Amino acid sequence: MALVQVSKKACVVNPLKMSQPLGAALAFMGVQQCMPLLHGSQGCTSFGLVLLVRHFRESIPLQTTAMNEVATILGGLENVEQAILNIVERTNPAVIGICSTGVTETKGDDVDGFIKLIRARHPELANVGIVYVSTPDFKDAFQDGWAKTVVKLIETFVPQVQTLPQRAPQRINVLPGCHLTPGDLDELRDIIESFGLQPTFLPDLSGSLDGHIPEEFTPTTLGGVSRADIAAMGAAAWTIAIGEQMRPAAVLLEQRAGVPFVLFDRLIGLAPNDDFVSFLSRVSGRPAPNKVRRQRGQLIDAMLDGHFYFGAKRIAIGAEPDLLWSVGMWATEMGATLEAAVTTTASPLLEKMPIEQVLIGDLEDLEARAARADLLITHSHGRQASERLGVPLYRLGLPMFDQLGAAHEVTVGYRGTRNLVFAIGNLLLSAVREPRPDTWRTNEDAA
Amino acid sequence: MNTLAATAPQVFHEPGCAKNKGKSTSDRKKGCAKQLAPGAAAGGCAFDGAKIALQPITDVAHLVHGPIACEGNSWDNRGAKSSGSTLYRTSFTTDMNETDVVFGGEKRLFRSIKEIIDKYAPPAVFVYQTCVPAMTGDDIGAVCKAAAQKFGKPIVPVIAPGFVGSKNLGNKLAGEALLDHVIGTQEPEYTTPYDINIIGEYNLAGELWQVRPLLDELGIRILACLSGDAKYHEVASSHRARAAMMVCSKAMINVARKMEERYGIPFFEGSFYGVGDMSDSLREIARLLIERGAPAELQARTEALIAREEARAWARLAPYKERLAGKRVLLITGGVKSWSVVAALQELGVEIVGASVKKSTRRDKEKIKQLLGGDAHMIDDMRPREMYKMLAEARADIMLSGGRSQFVALKAKMPWLDINQERHHAYAGYEGMVELVQEIDKALSNPVWKQVRRPAPWGATALGVEGQATKRIAALPASRAA
Repeated sequence: MALVQVSKKACVVNPLKMSQPLGAALAFMGVQQCMPLLHGSQGCTSFGLVLLVRHFRESIPLQTTAMNEVATILGGLENVEQAILNIVERTNPAVIGICSTGVTETKGDDVDGFIKLIRARHPELANVGIVYVSTPDFKDAFQDGWAKTVVKLIETFVPQVQTLPQRAPQRINVLPGCHLTPGDLDELRDIIESFGLQPTFLPDLSGSLDGHIPEEFTPTTLGGVSRADIAAMGAAAWTIAIGEQMRPAAVLLEQRAGVPFVLFDRLIGLAPNDDFVSFLSRVSGRPAPNKVRRQRGQLIDAMLDGHFYFGAKRIAIGAEPDLLWSVGMWATEMGATLEAAVTTTASPLLEKMPIEQVLIGDLEDLEARAARADLLITHSHGRQASERLGVPLYRLGLPMFDQLGAAHEVTVGYRGTRNLVFAIGNLLLSAVREPRPDTWRTNEDAA
Repeated sequence: MNTLAATAPQVFHEPGCAKNKGKSTSDRKKGCAKQLAPGAAAGGCAFDGAKIALQPITDVAHLVHGPIACEGNSWDNRGAKSSGSTLYRTSFTTDMNETDVVFGGEKRLFRSIKEIIDKYAPPAVFVYQTCVPAMTGDDIGAVCKAAAQKFGKPIVPVIAPGFVGSKNLGNKLAGEALLDHVIGTQEPEYTTPYDINIIGEYNLAGELWQVRPLLDELGIRILACLSGDAKYHEVASSHRARAAMMVCSKAMINVARKMEERYGIPFFEGSFYGVGDMSDSLREIARLLIERGAPAELQARTEALIAREEARAWARLAPYKERLAGKRVLLITGGVKSWSVVAALQELGVEIVGASVKKSTRRDKEKIKQLLGGDAHMIDDMRPREMYKMLAEARADIMLSGGRSQFVALKAKMPWLDINQERHHAYAGYEGMVELVQEIDKALSNPVWKQVRRPAPWGATALGVEGQATKRIAALPASRAA
């Protein structure tokens, strides 16, 4: 049981956190033919764009309402209107996803009101889905922006039903948290389909940011879940939410359309995947396929081979709550202990972490707590701390700008967990300290 | 007064700017802020520009006063290199929360400055204003003044909130901050007749270090570089230089001109990109220094060095000239880089099929026009879709651009080279020219291009790898084949 504390410093040094609208924009990128639009000054968009380009190594569709000083003070109706018209004219999207920023929230722009006015003025926009999510930069974090967007997408596109529809027994909704990569989604799709089930992911980054080569240049998102697919989620048999952040979206879908949900707070580790596979087996009425059984065996073997290098190792983690929970719980199950846990925003999971204190703080806090650690786990910005401390860094989360293949890191399922055992185990293994003649000499003078 | 309302129009009235001089009085009053098209805009904000211009000062703490987006989404993402302190790569932000927005963030800002000084003891703190505190009315000028008095250190307000304009305006506002608060506040330990400033060079990927050895050899001292690999003290005492070179024609022209006005430091505009431009720049530096009293023999030494370095560079470039002749380049970049890179590539017989002039000044454009022999290949605003088409239809062999458009080329399965601020290779001076050509050659000649353009052959009905085996089985005696 952990005490959750918020850093008392006035100045954040080496931020762990990224802003809420960026998480929201990324969620919109998992919707087909979508153009995310940040309602703010053009820097809000360009910083986020560069960050995502460097992480995914892909073109990133992201536009701006380009608010200048005067428009900010007078209100952004015209800018939002012009932005929508320009985007429709230039890129013909099915959905425009608008996220507010610090600057427009400080003014207090009523974007929902704007959209009503714009719709009234421009009947030609009737076929364009416009979804607005309020994401001020000065509140919450990346993970919250993602979660709120999924809620808004359900609210906008999944019809509220009076009488419960006929359910398609093989259809499953999956609501993945922002800590899952496109590679993770592909892995989950494989597992779910191997039970004869048909999953719909919302959002679905596996189709849009998985690094494929399109036939034609597309200015909007390349793939992702379509509007029609989202609308049809109400008729699925089950919803699987992955990560505590997705609970509000799953609850909403259950309320609107009566789709029952189950929530897996993580899919890294043996036990959570046993639960996951058992669930799939029960709802599909099929036994786990041979492939999955073999993968379970391989994971167990990997845990046996790897546990030597994890035992009593001190691990310091800086990550958003759901990722911190997933990797932190798994690391302790491998025999490691948590030396430090720093995160970005509130979550009911934090107080359940197996460590004395979980800090909502920054990478300076993590660095200060990691001097004795054997391993750092955080995103690429941990590289400076790792260098200064001489502690190896395992890069996990977003942004990952100094390595290839961020989109294809797979850590979920039996196979993903096996990957992680090997990847982190190898780091720990290569950091083993060689004994020296003085290693065991006790020196009372130095004590 | 250093209020934004006073500074921004003044920056717009830059008499050193040729574009500004060409305007009518009423046009000039409107300033040079381009109205951005919502939903169709790209590029950074004024804060971004200010940060680009000043962050290369390595021993200073750069503190961003704003919500997390401004710094949290962008820190440690530029390639300006340091020969000493790494403090400039440590990120500091007030990460304003809702309470700060409602009740004001001045107290948090003041405490942040104190924490930084206590923990990191920098020679100075630069405080960057952003949109949200600009709206709520945080007086960061006053906070900086109070903190400077309290802690006995320079605390420099940089007033360039994002929404006042473009990255370029931010560069200039950053320059104003240096002029108002830093330049001329300290004295150098000693001076020589060979002291110069280099203005608008950020030491990206270490480019300044490709030039510095040449200057060292001539006995020319860089008193201060604004701002690549600079230390606070160097910038503060830069007013004692004898001459200055302005590298980026748009970014900090106000600084070069005002330093000439205030301290009598003559400057010229030059470039380190390309063999010819590099030599011209060395000549100009020598000429200005001699004019200001350096011994005339500097000229002969400079010419000797130029002759030696040019011969060496051309000898190293010769093997590539043949390989690159006739290759077609699409160049998408801004400002000074366009014409200096155009000139550099033309020296090698490369054909420029398009050069963007979106961010270029009128003078830049004229230079490009001259180099390209007309404006047929000048691109003002190219949509990504058009770039993609141009590459996919093989009207260009390679695209040189910044990181954000790289996938336009890569998805068209065409070579691409990064020539913007996140790049990892240094292209300045004679060394840099050789490196640039090596990189272009490396990109063009990579064997992946042939492979990735190969369509998946799955539809083919003819026998493939299994052909030999099928033939062997067919040749078996009839009794076994049955």
